[in-house]
Amino acid sequence: MTADVIIQQLVNGVTLGGMYALIALGYTLVYGILLMINFAHSEMFMGGAYVGLGMLLLLTSKSFPAHAFFTGSAFGILVLYVIVFAVAAIAIGILGMVIERVAYRPLRHAPRLAPLISAIGVSIFLQNAALLWIDSKAIPFPRVFPVTPLVTFAGASVNSLQILIVATSLILLFVLDTFISRTRVGKAMRATSQDREAAGLMGIDINYVISLAFFIGPALGAVAGVFHGMYYGAVVFSMGFIPGIKSFTAAVLGGIGNLRGAMLGGFLLGIVESLAAGFLSTGYKDVVAFIILILVLIFRPGGLLGESVVEKV
Amino acid sequence: MDIRTSVDAAKMSPLKLAIYAGLCLLVFIAPIWFQGFGQLFLVRILAIVGIYVMLALGLNIVVGYAGLLDLGYIAFYAIGAYTGILGGLPLSHWLAATFPQYPWLPGMSYFIMIPFAALAGAITGITLGTPVLRLRGDYLAIVTLGFGEIVRIALNNNIFGITNGAAGLPKAGESVPKPFPLEWLQNHLYFSWPNFGSTGFNFTFTANVYWYYIIVLLCVFTIFVVRRLDDSRLGRSWTAMREDEVAAASMGINITGAKLYAFSLGALWGGMAGITFANFQGFVSPESFTFMESVFVVSIIVLGGMGSVPGAIVGALVIQGVPELIRGMASSGLLQTLTGIQVSAEAQSAISNYRYLVFGALMVIMMAWKPQGILPSKRRARELAPESEAALDESNQTLYDAQHDTAHPGEDR
Repeated sequence: MTADVIIQQLVNGVTLGGMYALIALGYTLVYGILLMINFAHSEMFMGGAYVGLGMLLLLTSKSFPAHAFFTGSAFGILVLYVIVFAVAAIAIGILGMVIERVAYRPLRHAPRLAPLISAIGVSIFLQNAALLWIDSKAIPFPRVFPVTPLVTFAGASVNSLQILIVATSLILLFVLDTFISRTRVGKAMRATSQDREAAGLMGIDINYVISLAFFIGPALGAVAGVFHGMYYGAVVFSMGFIPGIKSFTAAVLGGIGNLRGAMLGGFLLGIVESLAAGFLSTGYKDVVAFIILILVLIFRPGGLLGESVVEKV
Repeated sequence: MDIRTSVDAAKMSPLKLAIYAGLCLLVFIAPIWFQGFGQLFLVRILAIVGIYVMLALGLNIVVGYAGLLDLGYIAFYAIGAYTGILGGLPLSHWLAATFPQYPWLPGMSYFIMIPFAALAGAITGITLGTPVLRLRGDYLAIVTLGFGEIVRIALNNNIFGITNGAAGLPKAGESVPKPFPLEWLQNHLYFSWPNFGSTGFNFTFTANVYWYYIIVLLCVFTIFVVRRLDDSRLGRSWTAMREDEVAAASMGINITGAKLYAFSLGALWGGMAGITFANFQGFVSPESFTFMESVFVVSIIVLGGMGSVPGAIVGALVIQGVPELIRGMASSGLLQTLTGIQVSAEAQSAISNYRYLVFGALMVIMMAWKPQGILPSKRRARELAPESEAALDESNQTLYDAQHDTAHPGEDR
C-alpha cells in the first residue's frame, strides 16, 4: 500500500470517526447517568437520517414555494442544511425524550437487565416501524450539497462534505463539552452521573437531567444520521445497527461515561477501521474494530481515558 | 417467605404431579397430532422452540446463575453448528483429490459429532473466557458481543477456506448423513385413519418429527443437568458470586474458576444446540447467527425469569414460538379455520409483517409490567439484589416481618 492510499484512508477514517464520535456521545451520556446501554440509540441515528431526508425532499420539491431559494444560491443551500439538521436533531431529540419517559423511566428501580431488554424492544419496534411505514428498500439521498475536492495533498484529496462532517462534529463536541463542564445544568448532569440519589437530595431535578441527556444524545445521533445519509448517498431502515454497535465500541474504547473519551474513541475507531479496510480486506474491517476493543478492555479495562474503577466493598 | 416454602416445594402435591404428567403427555402427543392433521409447520415450530429452550437454559447458566451478561452467546451456537456440518460432510469433500476412487464415503453422523461440537463450544468458551472474565459486567457484555460479531464475520468471509462464506454449507450436491434410525423410521412408521376428523388422520414419520423428539430428549437432559447444577456446590458458589463478588471471594470461592466453569458450560450447551440445529436444518449459513439471535436468547431468559427453568421454556414459546406461529397460521390458513375469520392475502402478509413490530412493543410493555419475568425462580425472588432498590425494600420488609414473627414464638402461620 502506497503512502497516498494510507493518507486517503486516514482522511476517510477521520470523517467516519466524526460520525462515530457524535453517536458515541449519546451512549456515553446515558451510560454515565443511568448506567444503562441504550440499545435504541442506533435507531435514533436511523430516525435522524429519515427525518433529514424527509425535510430535504420537502424543501427542495418543486411544489414547495421557496424551493428556488434553497437550491439556487450557496447561501440558500447553507440555510437549507441548517434547517434540515435542526429539524432532524429536534425531532429525534424529542423522540428520545418520549422513549425515555415511556420505556425506561418505569424501570428505574427494576433489575439491571430489564431496561436493556426494554431498549432492545424499542429498537426492534422502531426498525420495523421504519420498515413498514416508510420503505423496506434503501431510499437515495439527493446530492444537493456540492461535493468537490477542496484540499489535495500527497496524492490524497479532501472533499467539501468530509470537511463539513469533521468540522461540524468538532464544533458540536466542543459546544457539548463546554456545556457540560461550564454551565449550571452541565454541573447538575455531572453531579447526577456521580451519585443520583445525593444529587436529588441537593435539589437537582433528576428527571429533568435524565430527560435532557435523552434529548442531547439522540439529537447528536440524528445529526450523525443525516451525515451518514449524505456521505453514503442512501437511507435504509437497518442502517443504524452496525454504526450503533461500533459507536458503543468507541464509547467503551475511550472510557464509557467520559465525554472526551467518546470523542477520542470515535475518531480512533474510524481511523483504525479505515486503515484496516485498506491494509486487509474490507470484509474484515469490523473484526479489527472488535479485536482492538477486546485488547483495550483486557489491558486497560477502564478505556483509554476512563479512570480505573476500584470495586467498592 | 421462609425456609419451609422451599422444602415443601420439593415434595410434589398430587395435583402438581397430574399437571406435570399431562404436560409430558402433551409434549409427546403434539407432533403426532399435528403431523397427522397435516399441520407440518407446527411440528417445525415446536422443534425450533425446543432448540431455543436448550439455548436459553445454556445461557441461563451464564446469565441467570453466574450473573455474567453474555451478548455473543450465538457464537458458540455457530461454532457447534459448523463443527457438526463440517464433520458430517462426505469424505469426498475433503479427500476428493487424494482418493478419487471412494466418492461414496459418508461423513460422520450427528451422534458421533455431538461430543465434538459440544467440546468445540466449550474450548472456545474457555479460550475467550480466560482473558475476558475479569472484566466488569457491561464490559463483559460488549466484549462477548464483539466476539459474536467476529465469529459471524469470519464465517461470512470463508475463514480458513472451509466455511464457504455467505453461501453456507453443505455445498450443492453434498449432504450430511441422516442419523441412525431416521431412514428406517421414515420407511416403516406410518399409519392413517381416513375417517378420523373431517380431513382424516395420516401420520408419516418425517424428519421434522424425528428431530422434534431428539430435541425434546436433549431438553429433558439439559433441564436435569441445570437443576442439579443449581443445587450443587458450584451452583451455590455462582449464587454467592453473583450477589457479591468480594464477599464470595473472601469466603474462599475461586471467582475466576467459578466464572470459567459457568462460561464454558454455557458454551458447551451452545455448541450442542448448534449441531442439533444444523442437522435439523441440514444446512448452515452465517445469517442464522446474527446479533439479533443472541438478543432473542437473552430476551427469552429475562422475559421468562432469570435462573428459572420453566421461565426459559415459557420465554422460548413466547419469543420464538408466537411470531412463527402467527406467520405460519396466517400463511397456512389455519387462522381462518380456527377463528372463522376470513383472512385475505393482504391481511396475511400484514400479520406476518407486523409481528416483529408487535413483538418489540410487547417487550417494552412486559418489562414495565413485570421486570422479574413471567416465572421468576423462587431462590432469586428471595434473594437480596443490592443494585435494585425494589428488591432491597422487599428484603427489608421480610426482615421486619421476621422480627414480628419472633415476637410471637410458636404461632403457626
